[in-house]
Parts: sequence; C-alpha cells; structure tokens
Amino acid sequence: MNHLLEIKDLNVIFHIFGADVQAVRGISLQLNKGETLAIVGESGSGKSVTSKAVMGLIPNPPGEIATGEILFEGRDLVKYSKKQMQKVRGKEISMIFQDPMTALNPTMKIGKQIMEGLIKHQSLSKHDAKKRAIELLQLVGIPNPEKRVDEYPHQFSGGMRQRVVIAIALACNPKILIADEPTTALDVTIQAQILDLMRDLQEKTGTAIILITHDLGVVANLAQRVAVMYGGKIVETGTLDEIFYNPKHPYTWGLLSSMPKLHAKTDKLLAIPGTPPDLSNPPKGCPFAPRCPHAMKVCTEHMPAYTELSATQKAACWLLDERAPKVDPPTTIGVGGES
Amino acid sequence: MAEQREKLLQVKNLKKYFNVSRHDVLKAVDGVTFDVYKGETLGLVGESGCGKSTTGRTIIRLYDPTEGEVIFDDQDVGGKLNHSDKKKLSKRMQMIFQDPYASLNPRMMVKDIIAEGLDIHHLAKSPKERMERVYEMLETVGLNREHANRYPHEFSGGQRQRIGIARALAVDPDFIIADEPISALDVSIQAQVVNLLQELQEKQGLTYLFIAHDLSMVKHISDRVGVMYLGNMAELATSDEVYEHPLHPYTQSLLSAIPVADPKIERSRERIILEGDVPSPIDPPSGCRFRTRCPFAMDVCAKVRPKWHEVEEGHWVACHLHDEEMKTEKA
Ligand SMILES: Nc1ncnc2c1ncn2[C@@H]1O[C@H](COP(=O)(O)OP(=O)(O)OP(=O)(O)O)[C@@H](O)[C@H]1O
Ligand SMILES: Nc1ncnc2c1ncn2[C@@H]1O[C@H](COP(=O)(O)OP(=O)(O)O)[C@@H](O)[C@H]1O
Ligand code: SF4
Ligand code: SF4
Ligand SMILES: [Mg+2]
Ligand SMILES: [Mg+2]
Repeated sequence: MNHLLEIKDLNVIFHIFGADVQAVRGISLQLNKGETLAIVGESGSGKSVTSKAVMGLIPNPPGEIATGEILFEGRDLVKYSKKQMQKVRGKEISMIFQDPMTALNPTMKIGKQIMEGLIKHQSLSKHDAKKRAIELLQLVGIPNPEKRVDEYPHQFSGGMRQRVVIAIALACNPKILIADEPTTALDVTIQAQILDLMRDLQEKTGTAIILITHDLGVVANLAQRVAVMYGGKIVETGTLDEIFYNPKHPYTWGLLSSMPKLHAKTDKLLAIPGTPPDLSNPPKGCPFAPRCPHAMKVCTEHMPAYTELSATQKAACWLLDERAPKVDPPTTIGVGGES
Repeated sequence: MAEQREKLLQVKNLKKYFNVSRHDVLKAVDGVTFDVYKGETLGLVGESGCGKSTTGRTIIRLYDPTEGEVIFDDQDVGGKLNHSDKKKLSKRMQMIFQDPYASLNPRMMVKDIIAEGLDIHHLAKSPKERMERVYEMLETVGLNREHANRYPHEFSGGQRQRIGIARALAVDPDFIIADEPISALDVSIQAQVVNLLQELQEKQGLTYLFIAHDLSMVKHISDRVGVMYLGNMAELATSDEVYEHPLHPYTQSLLSAIPVADPKIERSRERIILEGDVPSPIDPPSGCRFRTRCPFAMDVCAKVRPKWHEVEEGHWVACHLHDEEMKTEKA
C-alpha cells in the first residue's frame, strides 16, 4: 500500500548526563492522504518527539534518531540533509504548536510572517504574497484581513493568534499538518472555533493531519484513527470507534475510564495507580506492567508483540496471547452514544 | 433540601478591582453572590480570566475585597482584618494551588512544607507530635513516611500535588479552596488526585470550593456548580441541573462547546459556536456582560444589568430571558 507517510521502527534517543533517554522506542505508523490520525498518551510518552522527528527538528546534540525510517511519499526523510529538510518543512509538512504566542515573532507584522514561507517556497512576488496572506487570513476567519495583515501579534487575542499560526502552517498547501496540542492553551469556546476551522480547512484542502493531544474529547471530535502511546511505544492503534468502543489494551482502558463523562454519571473514577516509566531506564518487558492491574510474570520479562485484531486495529499486550487468561475490560468501556 | 443545610460561607456582592494603570481599573470580580453549604463541593467554572481565582483568593484574603461581604461560619471576614484575625482564618480555610511545581518551596524538605501551618499556629506541642502529624498527613494522602526528608524536586507532579494537599490538611481546616488542583496533571494522575479529594471529604467532612475549567471534572466532583463570565456569576445550580437544564445562554454554549470523549455523540451533536472572544475586563460591555457574544441579546441587554435571582428553588441565573419582571415590563 502507498501511504503518504510511513514511520518504520523509529528509535529516538537523547544523551543527557551520561544517561540515554529512550524517548521513542521502535514505533511504526502510517498516515494516509487526507486523514486525521490522533496520537494520545501521557506526557513524556514520546508524542512530541515523534512529530519532531518527522519535521527533522530533533535537537542534535543531545538528540539522535538512532534507527528507523520516515518515508514521506516513499522518500526517507531520516537520510535528508538539513538543507533538504528545510525545503520539506513548511512546504510539504508543517506544524502548529501548543502555545500560539511562542510560535509567532512578536516584533514582526502578522502579514510578513505569513508571506515569508510563500516567498521562500513558492517564489511569489511580494505583492502576490501579500494578496495570498490576506486570502489566508480570510480563510481562517480573521475579520477585516486587509487591515489586520499589518498588525502585530500582541494586537490579536489568543484564539486569533492560533488562527494566524494555522494560516502560516497552511500557506503553502502542505500535504501533512502536524498539530501538537493545538487547542490546549485555549478556552473551550475558542477551542470549538479552532476545531471547526481545522475540520473545514481539511475538507477544502485535503491536508492529512497528525493531531497530538491528551484530550480524548478533541480526539473524538476530529480524528478518524488513533494511536495510543505509552512509555515510548505505540501500545494500540485502531479506528476512532475501535479505540473508544472496543479497546483491547489495559492502558487504553485506564485512559478511557480515568476520565469522567459529561453525559453520564460516574461514581468513582478508575485511577491508574503509580506513575509512567522512566525512559532512561525503561522496563524490560511491557512498559505498562508496573501499573497494570492484569500484569503477569511474562509481562515484566518480555515485550508483547502486536496482535492484529482487525484490518485496522492492533494492540501489544500479553492478554491477547491465546495462552493468557480471559480478562474483561472495565464495565465503563464500550458503552457509547446517547443510549 | 438546600434550605435545611447549614451555610458555611456566604459571599454577598463581592467585588475585587485592580488598578492596572493610572486610568484603568480592571474589574476582575464585579459583584458575585453565592453560598457554600457545609460538607458540599461547590464547583466554579468559566473561561480564563473570568475571575474564578480572584474570587477564591479574595475569600481566603490573599486579596482584600473592594466591596461586598464574606461571612464565614456567621462571622464577617470580608472587612478589615488584623494580622491575628487573618491567621485565625487561615487555620480554618486553606488553599490548594494549580501548579504543583511552583507552589512548593524547592529548598524546604517535605516535612517542613507540611508542618508549615502547624508551626504558624503552634499546633504541635513537641517536635515528636509535629513529626507524628506529618507522618499521618503523608499517609492520608497516599505517600509514606520515607518521603518526609526529601525535597519537592524528587517527586512527580501528582505526588507534589499530594504534598500540597497534605500541607493544606495539616491544620485540620473546615474549608478548602482548590484552584485548578489537577490542571497541570496527566489524565490518569488527575483521577488519583480527584479520588483522594473525595475520600478525604467523606472521611473528614470537608467543604470544598473547587475551581477548574474542565467542565466534566467539575461536574463529577461538585454538588453544585457556578458558572462565571467576565467577573460575574451567570448561573448557579446543582451540577445535574446545570448540565441538564442550563438556563443561561452562556452556560448553554459553554456546554455545547466541550468536545465529548464519545465519537457517536460527537458525530451527532449540534454545536452553538460562540463568535468572537471574551471582552476586556477593563472596559466590559454595559448591561449584560455576555451580550456581545450572546445569540439572544435584546435591546434591554445593553441597558440594564440582568438581576441575579433564584428562578427555581436552588437555581440562580442572571439573564433577562429569565427575569419575570423584565418580561412583564416589556409586555
Ligand atoms: N493581581 C492582579 N492585578 C491585576 N489584574 C489581575 C490580578 N489578578 C488577576 N487579575 C485580572 O483579573 C481577571 C480575573 O483573573 P483570575 O485570575 O481571577 O481569572 P481566572 O478565572 O482564575 O482565570 P484562569 O482560568 O486563567 O485561571 C483577569 O483579567 C486577570 O488578568
Ligand atoms: N530536548 C530534549 N532533551 C532531552 N530529553 C528530551 C528532549 N525532548 C524530549 N525529551 C524526553 O523525551 C521523552 C518524550 O518526550 P515528548 O515526546 O516531549 O513527550 P510527549 O508525549 O509529552 O510529547 C521525555 O522523557 C522527555 O523528557
Ligand atoms: S502486557 Fe501485561 S502488563 Fe502489559 S498491558 Fe498487557 S497485561 Fe498489562
Ligand atoms: S441578558 Fe441578554 S445578552 Fe445577557 S445572556 Fe441574557 S439574553 Fe443574552
Ligand atoms: Mg508534548
Ligand atoms: Mg485561575
């Protein structure tokens, strides 16, 4: 199959204070044209490092892509030089970050910041670039774009700044947009505006989105497929419905049951005891074993392989081995819809 | 039911203004009125900057109120307080902060952080008693004795928040203001801390003012919920009532804006998407604060500030759509 992006067995290590932090430990995933893939998981599980690796933005030193391939339309970005990556970044793959203020240059007019990429990657004249910048501001819903294009970031509210960041990211019609916690810093009513905008723009432009977030509501709102990360590994992937209504990995169960539901009553939240593993000394076997209520002896010794559960879903857990005892998910799992 | 319950805290027309420049006054909290009953959890929600933290900080007297009354256990604690009154208040009212990293002094050992209140109020008669209380608190919040001699940086975010809770509990308070106590934590750790807060409430009969912007968590933990907008209280009712029968247009849009972690619901939901942003509290809109974004705004909304009143038993709202007097006046 021809994927737009295919990550194969990626390993990213940070060498710090004589320790090696194994931030990403052999992950593989695919992204298809025009789809939205969400990556979810605890902080420190390797979500941002994965996306930075795709963007060629792992700081080196201390970071290093130890092994693995990142195939973008069949070409391995890991082998690209800095110069080659600059041509990909912003043009074919672009990224938006959590904090819209740090993503913008406070001393440069909004318009100029949008025009930069257009002039660099699309060799537009200044005049045409400005025209396009105004169009883009209009596209992301900034009223009065002819005037606002000459304003500075501090004259924009948080929500409007994130719209500008999206405009910059989309300026050159990238094939992939990586959005790392794009709405985390925003209020819910502004978040709703931005999620709406992202969905709208994706319909118009066909850009594939990698959405990184810890908010399962945002995932349910925007994504078609989900990858669940834990301890530098992908522990489960599936379609949106598979992950929410038929998850198979105990960490996915824990993640879903530790959140209260807005539309139902929850007496007591199922908390996951303990804390995530230290990636400078990751567990030998399953990374979730120290916190997993179903852990068996084999779990601490050997990393479970993936079990294919459907054409689209797989999970890495010893419970899915045919020799393992049968364990039912918590009763809160799988009940969905208004029913 | 509410009527029979004892009021622990009464907040009446509380205002807190900040002079931000020579000409500008920022009305962070501009006349809020509510009660907190003994043993309950009152949740406070609203968008960033609407005045939730300022309300909490003014009640606990980290700020002096600009106007209004705060009555705690039948005692007026909103007026002039001298140092010893403030100290007395701080034995009964404690606060837990959002940022478990910034709110603990990095140079103090955990035992001294937890014993801070004991020392201030001279609650421990001997060093031995002091340590016993520290150990007891550590165990209460799910840590252990060995942690007493360590420093905050040796702990994870969730563990630090437990230390913050232990510090607040050490003086045996009645009332705890928790200002976004879980916002900085991972989802799985949030559940640990929320469960702990609930267990402690059951065991010790604590009363909470729980401030947060995560509405599903607030609904889960609160008996009643107040919704704030731009320094004002828009609506207050039991949490089921607020979530199932919201009356104020702002509450309605806030609820409809939250993405729900259930794909089937997400696919079928109709959203009210509010336009624009929250206006500045330095120069807020006249009349109803919400009128610049309200889908139902009428002429009167720009002229008259809607009254804060109880439309049904226990259900308070400030909106002209729900003001009988206004309706008759118009007719
Ligand atoms: N010490 C201060 N001096 C001046 N203005 C202040 C001060 N503290 C708060 N404010 C302002 O008062 C308003 C209310 O702030 P507050 O911190 O109460 O909001 P909040 O509802 O807690 O928001 P968040 O959800 O972001 O914590 C804001 O406009 C804020 O900038
Ligand atoms: N520049 C860096 N230097 C050292 N360690 C890093 C760096 N960036 C990330 N890490 C480590 O890599 C791991 C994964 O981080 P990250 O991908 O940012 O997590 P998240 O899933 O929260 O996005 C963490 O242990 C983090 O501390
Ligand atoms: S492999 Fe074992 S420890 Fe890991 S999630 Fe499955 S049952 Fe739990
Ligand atoms: S008073 Fe008017 S503007 Fe305010 S919420 Fe009610 S209808 Fe809307
Ligand atoms: Mg991250
Ligand atoms: Mg606050």
